[in-house]
Amino acid sequence: MSYFGNRVQRREDPALLTGHGRFIADHQPPGTVHAAFTRSPLAHARIRSVDLSAARAVPGVLAVYTHDDLPGLPKGARLPLHVPNAAITKPHTQAPLADGEVCFAGEAVAVVVAENSYVAEDAAALVAVEYDDLPPVSDIESALNGGHPSHADDADNVAAQLTVGYGDVDTAFAEAAHVVQATLKPHRGGGHAMECRGVLAQPDADGHNLTVRSGTQAPHLVKRSIMDVLGLSGDQVRVIAPPDVGGGFGPKAIVYPEDIIVPALARALGRPVKWIEDRREHFLCTTQERDQIWTVEMALNGDGTLRGLRGTMAHDSGAYLPWGVIMPYISATTTPGPYVLPAYQLHVTCVLTNTVPTTPVRGAGRPQAVFAIERLLDQAADQIGLDRADIRRRNLIPADQMPYEVGLTYRDGSPVIYDSGDYPATLEAGLERAEYTSFAERQRAGRAEGRLLGIGMAFYVEGTGLGPFEGAAVRVQQDGRIVVQTSAAPQGQSHQTVLAQLAADQLGVDIDQVSVVTGDTATMPIGIGTFASRIAVNAGSSVHVAAREVRQKIVDLAAAVLEVDAKDVELADGEVQVAGVPGSGRTFGELARIAQGMPGFSMPGGTAPGLMADSYFSPKRSTYAHGFHVAEIEIDPETGAVDIIHYVVVHDCGKVINPMVVDGQVQGGLAHGVGNALLEVMRYDTSAQPTTTTFADYLLPEAADVPVADVVHLESPTDLNPLGIKGAGEGGTIPAAAAVIAAIENAVAETGVRINHHPVTPAEIHHILHTAAPAEVSA
Amino acid sequence: MNVNGTAVTGYDAGARLLDVIREHLGLRGTKEGCGVGECGSCTVLLDGEPVCSCLVLAGQAEGREVTTVEGLASCPAGARLREQLVDHQALQCGYCIPGVMVSATAHLSRTEEVTEESVRTAISGNLCRCTGYTKLVSAVLTAASDTGAHS
Repeated sequence: MSYFGNRVQRREDPALLTGHGRFIADHQPPGTVHAAFTRSPLAHARIRSVDLSAARAVPGVLAVYTHDDLPGLPKGARLPLHVPNAAITKPHTQAPLADGEVCFAGEAVAVVVAENSYVAEDAAALVAVEYDDLPPVSDIESALNGGHPSHADDADNVAAQLTVGYGDVDTAFAEAAHVVQATLKPHRGGGHAMECRGVLAQPDADGHNLTVRSGTQAPHLVKRSIMDVLGLSGDQVRVIAPPDVGGGFGPKAIVYPEDIIVPALARALGRPVKWIEDRREHFLCTTQERDQIWTVEMALNGDGTLRGLRGTMAHDSGAYLPWGVIMPYISATTTPGPYVLPAYQLHVTCVLTNTVPTTPVRGAGRPQAVFAIERLLDQAADQIGLDRADIRRRNLIPADQMPYEVGLTYRDGSPVIYDSGDYPATLEAGLERAEYTSFAERQRAGRAEGRLLGIGMAFYVEGTGLGPFEGAAVRVQQDGRIVVQTSAAPQGQSHQTVLAQLAADQLGVDIDQVSVVTGDTATMPIGIGTFASRIAVNAGSSVHVAAREVRQKIVDLAAAVLEVDAKDVELADGEVQVAGVPGSGRTFGELARIAQGMPGFSMPGGTAPGLMADSYFSPKRSTYAHGFHVAEIEIDPETGAVDIIHYVVVHDCGKVINPMVVDGQVQGGLAHGVGNALLEVMRYDTSAQPTTTTFADYLLPEAADVPVADVVHLESPTDLNPLGIKGAGEGGTIPAAAAVIAAIENAVAETGVRINHHPVTPAEIHHILHTAAPAEVSA
Repeated sequence: MNVNGTAVTGYDAGARLLDVIREHLGLRGTKEGCGVGECGSCTVLLDGEPVCSCLVLAGQAEGREVTTVEGLASCPAGARLREQLVDHQALQCGYCIPGVMVSATAHLSRTEEVTEESVRTAISGNLCRCTGYTKLVSAVLTAASDTGAHS
């Protein structure tokens, strides 16, 4: 039986269900001391003075440092810019501890190490910092129009500008029969993994080497940054992402000040140092995403076919841009989506504000772009008098045009070429499952009873599985067990299960014979990280290729040992035998011992030493997944509350390794998108103070808020990797806000109000119903 | 206090129950997600009632029975639920799961008529960012039907 494609149970679960998961906070080596940070209460200020004496006097405090004396770091040190780009004119990254100026509320100013975290936190509160206020920049508009910079030495707040597009937009608009315009404001939110971040650094006995555990999505990125900032050699630093990391969603894919400072403290003090972020710090310091302002217009022919799309987009980078311009660039290259769009031009301006830096959060720039084009299409359909499904039908790329070259360059540097997919079939499948044709009748009947029903839809195309690579090593041990090592670190994506499925299939063994070791820089010399829906494609393909190579080595060695031709050897259940001769064989374990060699003897038959292989599968370009969401909702006219009564997801991520895993990713991603559409407001006041810093103020979807995804799976395999798979981690999120907001707008259509922002709260819907005007944008 | 049926002494009565469980007793299954009673990751049973152990001082639990996720092993409802959570592949990162297990087990143990709505309400204090809850709810409902509690 093949494991690929089957509903294999997760191997991670038994430990997690009995409380035996091993998360970062669960690691507590003897002698561990604890770090806590003093953070800026102001969004923008100069540091006039710092008095550490009271903090240092607290019994149990071992050390207190600021930027000026943090051991092991040169003055002026900054965190790395992970993805440089020539368009960036203000490549600001954060100082591990603030260097004279703080640029967002929560920026770390001092660090305390103490015997326990209670003392460390108490002492951190006693660090006395005097600040001189600087004018804060709280949002995109004030960054562009406020007249003062978010970094005191800058002339303005523009960090980067770029123009993305193709075709002749001017002619498209000059010749258009219809033009629609909109200003759209998708809102920022947080990743909000239930486990906050954490770092534990342990020095060796001689203080030379460090082992660092970080609750990260990208252990190799953390390692390289520690080496760079602390000036250490690669052999001195080992970074491990614990086998259990409690959710990632993007924000754990960057390197934070704590990832550098905690290792520096461990080296300085010669003791294990641990820091566990609390939720308030997570709200204040962990990166967020999605604030953008799109001012765009769409040109169409009389029949509703697209001529062009043009405009501007301003992107809030927050106070620093560790990921450069990746998100706005992804946004800009996602806009054309599944449609034949002859001409396109978007001018992007990335602005710096005095808010938490923004880096990719599940969807990474795509939800905003999908929101922009899908909302414009709905507006165009209304203006032209077309059904909203019809306008999409008339513009979808036909299946026979695959592969389809859009005319853009993707973030991985390769051309945007949609490799496979039948978009019209996806649309029809979604409309059918949603019973779209009979919705108008449902809506009319509902109105007659005083019920407000609405339906909305949104399509997306998502570049997934981008390179450069994610490696894997496969080896057979002398006990016959298979070990798979990979640089990829999981945060709930079931690596232990799906990577084992792939190895077990190639080697013909029971999945229980396979162990998977993840996210340890000591086992894999190079690695990238678990983000951008890339691990199944990259690490999965590497496991597949490496396991196939090991299989060949097993066959070659068995042939040499059994003195038969390789073609006469067969593998089954962890044994190798001469085909058709039961009992003739050797076990994998026996062969692994032989392959380990006998001192002084040659390898049998000139075979290669070791039943092992590694692979760094490197896709030549991204593979494009796609999907279509249809949301049917009911609004309570008295309270404005939205009840999602049917939510259809058509999802195509190519071939599927484990349908249960993909189902889980789709459903979880949808929950995140519903949060973005209806609940999650990360509010900063005009002084750039975050005012939603608890789960009482910032509403994550609860069990009663999330609809059950009614999923239609389609499969358009890709030939860009040996498994035919595409990424599945973000598709549930990407179009959800667009679909839900469209449904709300449809439900209140009688008011004529267009809704071009999210989230939309019950209070705002209530306001729309009673005034036929949109409320002030709640974000 | 008794934790999972075992008498516990020598703890700081002013410490959070969460810290006594995790640090003093080394029972690391109970998780901290927010520290202010809003996420439910640290849910334990206090005399059978689900509580956020980050909001309870150890002294308040004196003389009472505390059950953590580790203690659910010996409870039939917990065992059934565990089985169904695996079958439904309801977990992803697993960080919120100990809290969900505790809330759901309490719900199963004391509810005669378990419905989808009652389950969603019972675990509404347990935030999960990964799963979207659907398979968690299905697993609890199936565990309930095993006992005849599912209407």
